[in-house]
Amino acid sequence: MPLPFEKPIDDLEAKIEEMRAYASEQQIDLADEIGRLQERLQRLTRETFDNLSRWQRVQVARASGRPTAMDYVQGAFESFTELHGDRTLGDDPAVVAGVARLGERSVVVVGQQKGRDTKENIHRNFGMSHPSGYRKAMRMFDLADKFRLPVVTLIDTPGAYPGIAAEEQGQAWVIAESIRRMARLAVPAVSVVIGEGGSGGALGIAVANRVLILENAIYSVISPESCAAILWRDAAEAEKAAEALKLTAYDLLQLGVVDRVVDEPIGGAHKGREQTIQRVRDAVLEELAALSAETPQALQDQRRRRFRDLGRFRDAA
Amino acid sequence: MALERWFRRNRPTRKEDDNAPVGLWLKCEACNAQIYRKDLVANAYVCPECGHHYRMPAEARVELLADAGSFEPWSGAIEAEDPLEFVDTQSYPERLDKNRQKHGRPDAVLTGAARLDGEEIGLVVMDFFFLGGSMGSVVGEEIARAAERAAEEGRSLVVVTASGGARMQEGALSLMQMAKTTVALEELSRRRLPYISVLTDPTTGGVTASFATLGDVIYAEPGALISFAGPRVIQQTIKQELPEGFQRSEFLLEKGMVDDVVHRKALKDRLAVTIRLLRAGAAEQVGEREATRAVAL
Repeated sequence: MPLPFEKPIDDLEAKIEEMRAYASEQQIDLADEIGRLQERLQRLTRETFDNLSRWQRVQVARASGRPTAMDYVQGAFESFTELHGDRTLGDDPAVVAGVARLGERSVVVVGQQKGRDTKENIHRNFGMSHPSGYRKAMRMFDLADKFRLPVVTLIDTPGAYPGIAAEEQGQAWVIAESIRRMARLAVPAVSVVIGEGGSGGALGIAVANRVLILENAIYSVISPESCAAILWRDAAEAEKAAEALKLTAYDLLQLGVVDRVVDEPIGGAHKGREQTIQRVRDAVLEELAALSAETPQALQDQRRRRFRDLGRFRDAA
Repeated sequence: MALERWFRRNRPTRKEDDNAPVGLWLKCEACNAQIYRKDLVANAYVCPECGHHYRMPAEARVELLADAGSFEPWSGAIEAEDPLEFVDTQSYPERLDKNRQKHGRPDAVLTGAARLDGEEIGLVVMDFFFLGGSMGSVVGEEIARAAERAAEEGRSLVVVTASGGARMQEGALSLMQMAKTTVALEELSRRRLPYISVLTDPTTGGVTASFATLGDVIYAEPGALISFAGPRVIQQTIKQELPEGFQRSEFLLEKGMVDDVVHRKALKDRLAVTIRLLRAGAAEQVGEREATRAVAL
């Protein structure tokens, strides 16, 4: 389903298709016309995506058809070997994890997995993990330290699941532990926010040396809808809340919350899936290469410092 | 997400910024008994009739836990900026100003050095009455500094939490305070200095999902709401009734998530005993830093 602001783009695309079909059917040469329309399409797409409001970016970040963690795992890594289970309670399908090759390296990869269709979304709980998912992630961090493998995490969740079992099993406790566990990693860690970075649920596996974000991904303390419900007392004010929360890639770069923005192809990741996956792969490879020379101590120190220093305040008057 | 419950419950009706008992007499919200306010305050904000634990001001908490005259404040030297230029129905600076004036401190936390039954501690007390005890850059920084200073000075750390979670008005920077406070606790841990967290009503969201639940020992006050997601959010998500006592201290004790539920009037003694028992092992004492450093490392 196209996003509301994509309609003119889709209409133009359809028109070009129509013209092509007509040209071949009538065996006439419309190459000039089609060329002009294609230029217009390019321009329109670029203009639209260069000027997206924050709320529109939220919609792109959540768009169906956007590559999910598993798409990256399969498209950017080789020999992915999925490892299941938290060894305590079960296996959380909202978190995928395992070992894989990335270029010359073996890495441990952990990703938050949304579904690619309704059926899978239900299975994956829309990417909202239970405590079991964080326990699985922590098991992977242990594995990474033991075998000295760098860690790559892929962030894409509306948030940790707010449910009865999740609370009973200590959702807050495991997120805190996972933050601490990841901060303690003695190996390089790179996180990429590929879609939705939903609050503590996202941060739980995003305590990396380098935090990357896709151009149209978001990372926020609270969803615009929930924020609107609280501060404006109306979830329909989500658009205002999205603006106020400054949750887009470039906002976050400016705040120091992320270190690098990975550009998406024109029209968004959902329109250029292969290219997006390739760009993420290249960026992660680059980051890992830069981190690979560091000692375990230096990696821990840099990671702790990175998070220790975040925040804005001034001397009291 | 976490602040939602508190805001919704309090906003439409509240005239004050808090729900601390006001007036000369009040009707206990738990047992309906008529209580003389002075008696309630003298009783550490615990209903003399039924034992219901009221939320208490941060200063009263310090008084409850610190030996007389021993508290020396560390916090207060920094104040919030408005990095997002956040405006909802009010601007963030306006909200901050009101709270600063009303509560006489820059933000929602009080930290300092204290003696607790003779034990040298770093004490952190969150102030729920200041913007719901929400954690933005200042709260995160004050807690991080207190943890680091306690480690540096060889003190145990006691943190009393009361917070709706991360502060929305500072966006992702608030979220990052969860990681900041967590990494700031590492030095205490390395030096084998006890960190005890005391969860009070309410402790939710990003505070629960970071330093609050990383205590070597975690105590909770009776009847406190302690959660990741607030009950209202959960109810909206799952669309069914929540179990009786869900997310309250006693429930969490039963689920194995806290070490004990401790009555407020027994809290100081319990903390002192716990600290002494834990410190009898490897931890360094104030003033013996260098000697123990060799042991701890």
